[in-house]
Parts: sequence; C-alpha cells; structure tokens
Amino acid sequence: MNRIVIREGVCDLCGTCVGVCPVDCMELTETRLQIDADRCILCEMCVEICPVDALELCDGRSV
Amino acid sequence: MDDRYDVIVVGAGPAGSTAARFAALGGARVLLLEKDREVGIPVRCAEGIGDEGLRSVLEPRERWIAARIDAAELVAPDGTRVRLSYPSAGYVLHRKIFDYDLAQMAAEAGVEVRTKAYVHGLLWEDGRVAGVRVLHLGEDRAIRAQIVIGADGVESRVGRWAGLNTVTSMHDMEACVQVTASRVEVEPNVCYFYFGKEVAPGGYAWVFPKGDGVANIGLGVSGDYSGRKKPIAYLRQFLAERFPKASILTWVAGGVPCAPTLKEIVADGVMLVGDAAHQANPISGGGIATALIAGKICGRVAAEAIRDGDVSKKRLAQYAKEWHKAEGKTHERFYRIKEGVYRLSDEDLNRTAHMLAQLPPEEITITRVFRTALFREPRLLLEVAKVFVG
Ligand SMILES: Cc1cc2nc3c(=O)[nH]c(=O)nc-3n(C[C@H](O)[C@H](O)[C@H](O)COP(=O)(O)OP(=O)(O)OC[C@H]3O[C@@H](n4cnc5c(N)ncnc54)[C@H](O)[C@@H]3O)c2cc1C
Ligand code: SF4
Ligand code: SF4
Repeated sequence: MNRIVIREGVCDLCGTCVGVCPVDCMELTETRLQIDADRCILCEMCVEICPVDALELCDGRSV
Repeated sequence: MDDRYDVIVVGAGPAGSTAARFAALGGARVLLLEKDREVGIPVRCAEGIGDEGLRSVLEPRERWIAARIDAAELVAPDGTRVRLSYPSAGYVLHRKIFDYDLAQMAAEAGVEVRTKAYVHGLLWEDGRVAGVRVLHLGEDRAIRAQIVIGADGVESRVGRWAGLNTVTSMHDMEACVQVTASRVEVEPNVCYFYFGKEVAPGGYAWVFPKGDGVANIGLGVSGDYSGRKKPIAYLRQFLAERFPKASILTWVAGGVPCAPTLKEIVADGVMLVGDAAHQANPISGGGIATALIAGKICGRVAAEAIRDGDVSKKRLAQYAKEWHKAEGKTHERFYRIKEGVYRLSDEDLNRTAHMLAQLPPEEITITRVFRTALFREPRLLLEVAKVFVG
C-alpha cells in the first residue's frame, strides 16, 4: 500500500506539515513526527509544504 | 501538577506565556504546558520585532536585545537597493532568552509551568471541552479545566480537536528555512529583505544581524511553490551567491500561517491564540508582536469569564471582538495587500525599486506610511510605493 514516509534525520520537527494536513492525521511530539496511515488520504500536501524535503510518497508496489 | 485548574494553556511560546500570565494576573488558577524540554528552544524565528509592537505589551529588557535596528534595506530582484532609515525601528531579539523570560514572568504571576508535557487530546464532558490529556514524565494524565487555551503554534491541533477549522491553506503557509551564521558581512543595525522569484517565490529572504558578525539568514516560500523547488534549495543557492564566506552555526525549518485570522478563534471553553489562531502579520510573517497583543487580551478575557462563571463561546467571543478591534482590521488589510503584492512580477518590483532609489533618502523616511512599512511590513512598502509613484 502507498504511504507517506518520513526521512529520519532530515525532518526538523518544525510542524509545518501538521498545519496543512487536511485530515489531522499527523502528530508531533518533542522527539518525533508520526503519521496515522489509516486516516491519511495521501493528498501529499505535507510532502509539498515540507521546507527540507523530509517526506515522500512511497509506492507500495516498489517496496 | 493538580487534577484541576481554571485555565490550561497549551504551548509556551510568546502567545501562551502571555495569555497564561494575564489570566493569572486576573485571578485565575493557570497551568501552562509545553511539550519541549525547555521553553524557548529550538528557535524557529528570525527574531525581528518592531519597537512599537513590543512596547505595546512589554518594556524591552537589555538582555533580550541582540541588535538595535534603525534601517531596513530592500533588495529588488535585479539587485537595486532601497534603504529606509527610521531611528529605533525595532530589535533583533535573543528569542531563547525572551521566550524563557516570558514563561518566567508567567510563573511569577502564579502560573504553574510544566515542560516535557505533551498534550495529545481534550477531555470532554456533556459535549463540552473539560480539560486536556497530557503525557508528562511517562505518565498519561487527565487534567480538568474550565477553559483550554490553544497556543500551540503552527502545528496547532487543540482547535481541530475542539471542532474549529484551523487548517492553513497551501497558498497561505510560508515554508521557511533559516541558518544562523557567523562571518556575515552586513551593517550591524540594518535588516535586509530580498525579493524575487529566483530568491523566494511568494515570499522573501531576510538577513537580520545579531551582533559580532552573526546573523539570521533565511527565507520563506509560499506553499504554492514549495513543492517544485524546496526552500532549503533556495537557501543554499542564496547563501552560495550572496554570503559564500558565512560559517553556518545552526539550521532550522519552520512555517508561518500568513493567512486571515481564523473565522472562529473561540468555542465553548476553548480559545486559540498566536500562530494557532493565524494572527501573524500576513505580509511579513512577523508573529511575535501579535502573539503578545492577542495573548494579553486572551488571558484577561479568560480570567474575567472564569470570574463570571460563564465560559461559553458567547462569553469568550469578547476576546475575538477585542482582537479584531485592536489588530483585526489591519490584519485583514495586510492580507489583501499581500495578495496584491504576490501578483507583482519581478519587473514590477524592479521598476518600483528604481523609482524609490531615485528619491532623496529623507523623503523615503518622512511619511507615516513608509514608517509603518519600514520594519513591520516590507512588502507593504512596495505596494504603497507603486500606488505613489506608479
Ligand atoms: C523561520 C521563521 C522566521 C520567523 N521570523 C520572525 C520574525 O523575525 N519576527 C516575528 O515577529 N515573527 C517571526 N516568525 C513567526 C514567529 O516565530 C511566530 O509567529 C511566533 O513564534 C508565534 O508564537 P506562538 O506563541 O503563537 O507560537 P510558538 O512560538 O510556535 O509556540 C508554540 C508552542 O507550543 C508548543 N506545543 C505545540 N503543540 C503542543 C502540544 N500538543 N502540547 C504541548 N505543547 C505544544 C510548541 O512546542 C511551542 O513551544 C518566524 C517564523 C519562522 C518559522
Ligand atoms: S514539515 Fe518537514 S521538517 Fe517540518 S515536521 Fe513536517 S516533515 Fe518534519
Ligand atoms: S498525505 Fe495528506 S492526509 Fe496524509 S499525512 Fe500528508 S497531508 Fe495528511
């Protein structure tokens, strides 16, 4: 299944993606960003807004 | 940490600490929760603030000030520079110290402050918000309050949980990156703003000096463009072309909602403030001053509502009303100007800069409009200039 993957070490935990996610399926704690894959609609807004390119849509078939 | 307070504030940035302080000064029992280990860290900010905005809530303290700013220089896409001088325009702060002191001032007013306290949901009772769920030192606790104030920044979720629509549109989200660097050769009392599609489409780049050759250098790109070329790539290019000698000390990413204020910033037992309410200046992205101003109103109204025993949406709407009276009109106007300025092409910007550059410097500084434009709204200047000289 397709899903959004977070590149550890690239993500700066800035929360910008959380602010644009239309379905509120992202969660940012002090130490990590998490995406609830069950609720994610794969709209890729988070991928587009991330200032440092820390997110990507992973095509499940190629994994 | 008790099980019950009058007011719980989520997030200890400038908005949260200020709201908490004024709620406590108004007699409420207040708990301020911050997810990070330390208030004020990391700093996701260029740290610039106008003197007027700061003084409207606080007397500036020497220890907050990294640099005093008395001029802004606008750099057009073709490199034309327009300098605006305005004595005591503002400051570049040490936000680490500033944010920390704001939380301490809240504590001195009686607020209980807890860090490493991550709020992960709201408590509900009879269909109304009745407190928060917080993870603190490995424990998941339910803490009750009559009012929950969401001061949780760009990543705000308190409003969403309460049923308010707080999503920022891609168009209005500025995706930012910034370095703090040494060996930056700029004048110590001047803030620099660079415009242009190649520099930062739908945004601008900034260089704010912090003394001793250290400066915050960053840029913001509108979400309309950030998917094609990433802000971090724009910044690498900007640094390589303009500041090749700069030695980078820290990097941060960040976002600013440059949007109209949210339609609804209160619900029954819930208030939103600061970036969480989309209160930052939509043109400059500056949100410290507005967070202080809104925080003060928010905290005071929360305390009054507690005293009256009425925390309904209707009662709390007084905060929204006062915010709109204090800043809201200006905010909406700035948003409209932002929309206009975004449509200007690089050629328009160059032409405006050429015309301005020909004016004697005194003329650029004297008018009230330009004064306002100087520190708080560089983009307004361009639009205003176009109206005047175009
Ligand atoms: C790169 C960049 C440069 C900027 N430059 C300037 C500038 O020069 N001048 C200016 O005026 N403004 C600037 N801004 C904007 C400014 O930083 C913000 O507007 C300001 O910090 C908003 O204050 P706030 O209190 O609303 O939110 P924040 O300062 O973001 O504080 C929110 C706090 O809430 C905490 N939090 C979030 N969720 C939770 C949770 N679930 N539980 C507990 N705690 C939580 C966060 O950890 C954070 O500490 C800049 C922003 C960026 C990104
Ligand atoms: S926007 Fe990018 S860097 Fe910021 S929290 Fe989201 S994934 Fe991480
Ligand atoms: S793809 Fe869309 S729904 Fe999924 S996490 Fe990103 S913004 Fe949210």
